[in-house]
Amino acid sequence: MKRMPPLLEVKDLIMYYETMKGDVKAVDDVRFTLEKGEALGLAGESGCGKTSVALAMLKILPYNAKIFSGEILLSGVNILTLSDEEIRKKVRWKRISMVPQAAMNALNPVFRVSEQITEAIILHEQVSENEAKKRTLELLERVGIDPSRADHYPHEFSGGMKQRAMIAMALACNPEIIIADEPTTALDVIVQGQVLKVIKTLQRELGLSMILISHDLSVVAQTCDRSIIMYAGKIAEDASTEELFAEPLHPYSIGLIGAFPSLIGERKRLESIRGSPPNLLDPPPGCRFHPRCPYAREICSVEVPPLLETHKRHYVSCHMVNKHPKYS
Amino acid sequence: MLMSNRELIRVVDLHKYFPVQTGFISSLTSRDGPSVKAIDGISFSIRQGEIFGLVGESGCGKTTTGRTILRLIEPTQGKIYFDDVEITKLKKDELKKYRREMQIILQDPFESLNPKMTIRDLVVEPLEIHGIGENESEKKELVMNALEEVQLTPPEDFLFRYPHELSGGQRQRVAIARALILRPRFVVADEPVSMLDVSIRTEVLNLMLDLKTKLGLTYLFITHDLAIAKYMSEDIGVMYLGKIIEYGNVYEVIHDPDHPYTQALMVAVPVADARIKRPDIPIKGETPQPINIPKGCRFSPRCPYAFERCYREVPELFEVEPGHGAACFLYEEFHSGRIERGRIPSL
Repeated sequence: MKRMPPLLEVKDLIMYYETMKGDVKAVDDVRFTLEKGEALGLAGESGCGKTSVALAMLKILPYNAKIFSGEILLSGVNILTLSDEEIRKKVRWKRISMVPQAAMNALNPVFRVSEQITEAIILHEQVSENEAKKRTLELLERVGIDPSRADHYPHEFSGGMKQRAMIAMALACNPEIIIADEPTTALDVIVQGQVLKVIKTLQRELGLSMILISHDLSVVAQTCDRSIIMYAGKIAEDASTEELFAEPLHPYSIGLIGAFPSLIGERKRLESIRGSPPNLLDPPPGCRFHPRCPYAREICSVEVPPLLETHKRHYVSCHMVNKHPKYS
Repeated sequence: MLMSNRELIRVVDLHKYFPVQTGFISSLTSRDGPSVKAIDGISFSIRQGEIFGLVGESGCGKTTTGRTILRLIEPTQGKIYFDDVEITKLKKDELKKYRREMQIILQDPFESLNPKMTIRDLVVEPLEIHGIGENESEKKELVMNALEEVQLTPPEDFLFRYPHELSGGQRQRVAIARALILRPRFVVADEPVSMLDVSIRTEVLNLMLDLKTKLGLTYLFITHDLAIAKYMSEDIGVMYLGKIIEYGNVYEVIHDPDHPYTQALMVAVPVADARIKRPDIPIKGETPQPINIPKGCRFSPRCPYAFERCYREVPELFEVEPGHGAACFLYEEFHSGRIERGRIPSL
C-alpha cells in the first residue's frame, strides 16, 4: 500500500532575494515535513530565513524574491506550481493561514474588529452575512474575547486582545495549517503566556498543524512538538523538541541553547558564540557556520554538510557529527 | 572590606508624574489635571560594586526610574543621593561634576549613536564635553584604550568607521565605551541587550560583568527579562505600575517569590527545556494604564488572592524575610495572626 504523503512537505527549497548588490541567499536547500496535528517550531536569529520560508508557503513573497528550485507539497500537491488564482481560492485561509508578525498593526484601525473577521469569512466561503457574523462571535469566544467586545475598534483592544483577534481571524475559514510568525514578540511576559496557551489549546482541540516561528528558543521549547533551528538560510538541526533541547547535536544549536540565560537552576557563566551571523549576500563557503564553529575542521570550509538523519527523525547538518569527541 | 557595604545610590520616596495635556478651558478651571504616574513613590539603595536589577513589564516605570536617578528627567517628589550627597536639587553646573560619575547605556544602539559621526568622534565626545585630555594624542590614547576595553580590537580598525558599518553587538560596545571612557562609578544600563540577537547578547552581558569587576562599577540594570536579571544582578526590585512591589536577593525573589504578581511572572516566563511543564498562569487581564491606577493595592483587580482590605488601602513593602520584602497585605496579616498560613500563596 502506498504511504500517505505528509500534510506538508518542503523539499530542497532554494529562494533568493535579488538586490542591486547581488542575491541574498535567504533560503538555501531547506527541507522538512509537517504532519497532521503537529506543532513545529522554526527558530533562529534575525535574518536566518525563518520568515522567508513561511512566506514561500503562502506565496506571499516580496517582488524581488525568486524561487530557484524546490517543491512545497500540500497533501502531495506542489503549491509552487499553482496559479495565483488557485492559491487564493484553494490554499490561503482555507488550508494554510497566517498570524503575521506584529499582529497589533495588522488590524485595520477604521473598521470594527468583528467586521474585519466577518469580511474574511464572506470573501472565502459561500455563507450569508448572518452566518459569518455568528461564526465571528464563536471564534472570538474561542480565543478568549468576550463577544460584547466584538464591535469595538482595534484601538479599544489591548495588545494581547489584538493578538487574540488575529488568531481568531486566522481560524476564520477552518484551515488545516496555521503559521504563527513571532506571535508573542511584542507582548509582555504574562500576556505572552496567556496567548501561547490559547494557541496551544486551539491547536490541540482543533487538531491543527502549526508552524510557530520565533527567535525565542524558550517559546518554541514550551509550545512545539518538533523544532527546527535555522542558521544563515539553512537548517542546522531538526528534531523532536525534547531531544533537541536536552541533547542538541549541531554546534550552533549547542551554542545557542548554551547562550540562553535560564530562570531555573544555578547561575553559571554563559558561553557566547564568537563572531556574528554572516551577510547572506556572500555567505562563507562550505558550512555557513564554520567561521564561528569551535569544532570546525578543514572540510567544513570546503564542503556543504548535508542534512543527515542521525537517528529516527533527528536531522543534523554538520560534518563533525559522530566524529568529534563531543558527539561520541 | 567595609567599603563594599557602602550605599552608592539611595533613592527615597521618588515620584515622577507626567501631566497629561488637556484642553485650554479645563487647564483654566482645574489646576491639577490628570497625570501619568510613571513612578509613584519608590525607595531603594544600591551598594557600591553591586548590580541592582530593576525588572518589570513595559510601562511599569523602570526606564523613567533610571533616567530620573541621573536627573535626565526631573523628579516630581523625593530624594536621590549619590555617595551620600543629595543631588536632587543641585544646579546644572554643580550637577556636571556628578554627571561624569554617572553614565547611561541605552537600549537601542541603532538609534543612540549619531550615524554621521565616526567611532572616534563618538567615543571622544564625552571627553570633550567634560574637558578631559590635554591634547589630541592624549585623547586618542584614551579612545584607543576604551575601544580595547570593550574588545573592539584592533582599535585602529574601528576609529574611522561609521555606526552603519558595525553589527548590533559592536555598536552596543561603542555605546559602552562612550559611557565608560569617563571612568564613572555608577552606570544605568537600560535594556542594553534587548535589541541584540541571542548569540550576541551573552557576549555583551559577559563584557559588562567583566568591566564591572575590572573597574569597580556599580550598575542599575534595567530589564524586562527575568532570566537576564538573574544572570546579572545581586539584588532586584520588581516594579508594577510605578511601584516596587517586591525586592530582595535575586535568588530569593526568583526562586521563592512572595508577591502574587512576581509569582505570576515566574510562571509565565517560558523555559528553554521542553521537559519542564509550567503551571497555568493564575492571573487574568492585562496591566492597566498608569493614568488610571486602581484604588487600594494596584494589583488587586488582577490578584486571585485579593480580599477586602486590598481594595481599600495601599500596601507598603513588608519585610517577609530579612532583606526580602513584598508589598502585599497577606504577609502583614499573617504576621499579625489575622490569617492562617494556608492563605499565603506559593509556587
